Amino acid sequence: MGEIHVMREGYLPPKQPPRRHLISIGDLEREDVERLLATAKSFSRSLEREVKKLPTLRGRTVVNVFYESSTRTSSSFELAAKRLSADTMSIKAAGSSVDKGESLKDTALTLGAYDPDVIVIRHPQIGAPELVARYTDAHVVNAGDGKHQHPTQALLDLYTIQDELGRIEGVHVAIVGDVLHSRVARSNVQALALMGAKVTLVGPPPLIPRGIEAMGCEVSHEIGAIADADVVYVLRMQRERMAEGANYVPSLREYTERWGVTPERVRPGQKVMHPGPMNRGVEIDPRVADASEALIEAQVRAGLVVRMAVLYDLLTTGPVPVEAAEPLEVA
Amino acid sequence: MLYGKNGRKDDLVVRGARVLDPVEGVDAVLDVRVDKGVIAGIGEGLDANGHRVVEGAGLVLAPAFVDPHVHLRVPGGEDEETIASGTEAAAAGGYCAILAMPNTDPVVDSAAVLGSLIEDAKTQAQVPVGFLAAITRGQDGAELTEMAELADQGAAGFTDDGRPVVAPALMRRALQYHGITRRRLALHCEEPTLSKGGQMHEGAVSAELGFTGYPSVAESLMVERDLSLAAYEEAPLHLLHLSARESVDALRAAQAKGVQATAEVTPHHLCLTDDAVRSLDSNVKMNPPLRSADDRAALVKGLRDGTIGSVATDHAPHARHEKEVPFEAAPFGVTGLETAFGALYTHLVDPGLIPLETLLERMSAGPARAYGLEPPRVAVGAQANLVLLDTEAAWRVEEKGFRSRSANSWLLGQTLRGQVRLTVAAGKVVHG
Repeated sequence: MGEIHVMREGYLPPKQPPRRHLISIGDLEREDVERLLATAKSFSRSLEREVKKLPTLRGRTVVNVFYESSTRTSSSFELAAKRLSADTMSIKAAGSSVDKGESLKDTALTLGAYDPDVIVIRHPQIGAPELVARYTDAHVVNAGDGKHQHPTQALLDLYTIQDELGRIEGVHVAIVGDVLHSRVARSNVQALALMGAKVTLVGPPPLIPRGIEAMGCEVSHEIGAIADADVVYVLRMQRERMAEGANYVPSLREYTERWGVTPERVRPGQKVMHPGPMNRGVEIDPRVADASEALIEAQVRAGLVVRMAVLYDLLTTGPVPVEAAEPLEVA
Repeated sequence: MLYGKNGRKDDLVVRGARVLDPVEGVDAVLDVRVDKGVIAGIGEGLDANGHRVVEGAGLVLAPAFVDPHVHLRVPGGEDEETIASGTEAAAAGGYCAILAMPNTDPVVDSAAVLGSLIEDAKTQAQVPVGFLAAITRGQDGAELTEMAELADQGAAGFTDDGRPVVAPALMRRALQYHGITRRRLALHCEEPTLSKGGQMHEGAVSAELGFTGYPSVAESLMVERDLSLAAYEEAPLHLLHLSARESVDALRAAQAKGVQATAEVTPHHLCLTDDAVRSLDSNVKMNPPLRSADDRAALVKGLRDGTIGSVATDHAPHARHEKEVPFEAAPFGVTGLETAFGALYTHLVDPGLIPLETLLERMSAGPARAYGLEPPRVAVGAQANLVLLDTEAAWRVEEKGFRSRSANSWLLGQTLRGQVRLTVAAGKVVHG
């Protein structure tokens, strides 16, 4: 480990064995998050140099498997792996054996046969990363599974908040919009609660899942509830997940009218975040998105260094036993 | 109404077991002798008459179990279960009779399909099987099946299990037809617009995991509707696999008013809560879903006080590759025939939530009565339907031990206390 470790500036390698997989924020303890954010910070300094590539993960293989469309997440995982000198391979569902009806289990066994060090997976179904973890020996990183989790998004959001506000503990974050369909919201509520931030969910009742307060957040159906927040985190209206006739909201027009984040509703100095892609003019007014308080590009930049930190963390402290899944017999 | 392989009737003596028949009021250490498949003697120091002797010391001998809710998957799903494999699993689980659901391919909605199943059972069923027929053709919820003809052909009851009868007017017609068929209507209560897309119970766990919720009210609303219709038509009905507190409350209230309603509950709903879904194991995905701790408590209480009179496994075999997928893509259903007693002894009797006598009654006489079948009894002159139970034995649930063709059990890898040593069904030793 010492010889591939090239970080300077007082960075110490992790003492605790890291989790073998990153599937849910629930897999992490507070000290894991703190370590990941510190690692990401040191990577951000290395990226200020003229030559941005580090030899840290030379000879390692990172496979990105994306069963859902993605710009930000897939590109930043790929770039993160490349910046660390890992070999990368990206597979998209379209044009692969998935088109021929191959099951996820068989795809996992096939990819596993190449002995990749990390498999990064995005899948429309909850539980897909666990399944891949069960059938391969790779470290699995969840890049979004259905409405369940998107842990690296939450980590990059924490990083952004820490960078901008200097702290996470005690910060009040209002998450506005379609919480029901949002893996970003779930991971963020867990991550923010873990780090001692206060979270208020704001949106129309059908888009706030019943019982979500148990995750350690408050719920309001009035947009006025964002007034007290230090950060207004705007969720995308996931129109593609809203079945015809489901009537989550009577119309987007009415949604925007009552819950859209507009300049009038944002207080000066309040920071605004959005995981992208944005529906300008629906959940977020373009004037808010383009204002200097908006941290949306900072989030994208944070995505790169946070994903570098995740890959680094998984691969540089040696093997630990699989904790995520029960071993199953494979026929 | 029950069909199985005819054949030998066994001779047997079970010596020195604790004979426990809550219906007959027997609880004593006794010998039981079976002559040619009929209980010929119950007493102390019975002569073996050259019969096979089974040592019962330290074991419990009880009326064998009746499972009112099994998916045998035939016709159409023979890769998952058959009459032969399903009844072998039933025998291993201590059952002397099971009822098979009609949501097969094709659906059991005509005398022809039912007749061929009955013929198959006569040559393949280790344990007698009753076949329920569909309430509506193709279980499409549009037209009634020829219920009178199906009843004449030997249908044990009627159900669209797997689906609700959505239209109230059609449900009413089916209840009216009970006057002709005299066979129980068994109802899968689910309001489909409320449960649409639901993967698990709607609550704090679904909110956290991101699954589309299947709220309790989707069940209890239909339970209330069906109880209202049954009251109006003064016809009896049986409620399948209850899962929600509100359903139990509605049933108890209706029974108090004289509605002839019986109900069943599964081992998994009695033993687990929605918390189990955190594992994302597709073997805890079932319909209705596992619900909250409060719902589970209401189900246990309902079973104990008799509001819910039957334990039903809802044994639902699925092919391995169908369940080896992400939770959301997996079909609903788990197996249960071979693990029901062990699971319930371990999770309900051992911790003191329900007395053993009550469990035995709810697994045997309760479901038999719900469908108008003769309850198994430990009594001289009765056909031998007996189960010998070891309540001390601990055993590990493993895939290779299953007689069922499928292994989608929520108990895989768990150690259970309480094991079936011997099963006698219709006078024949079918297990042990």
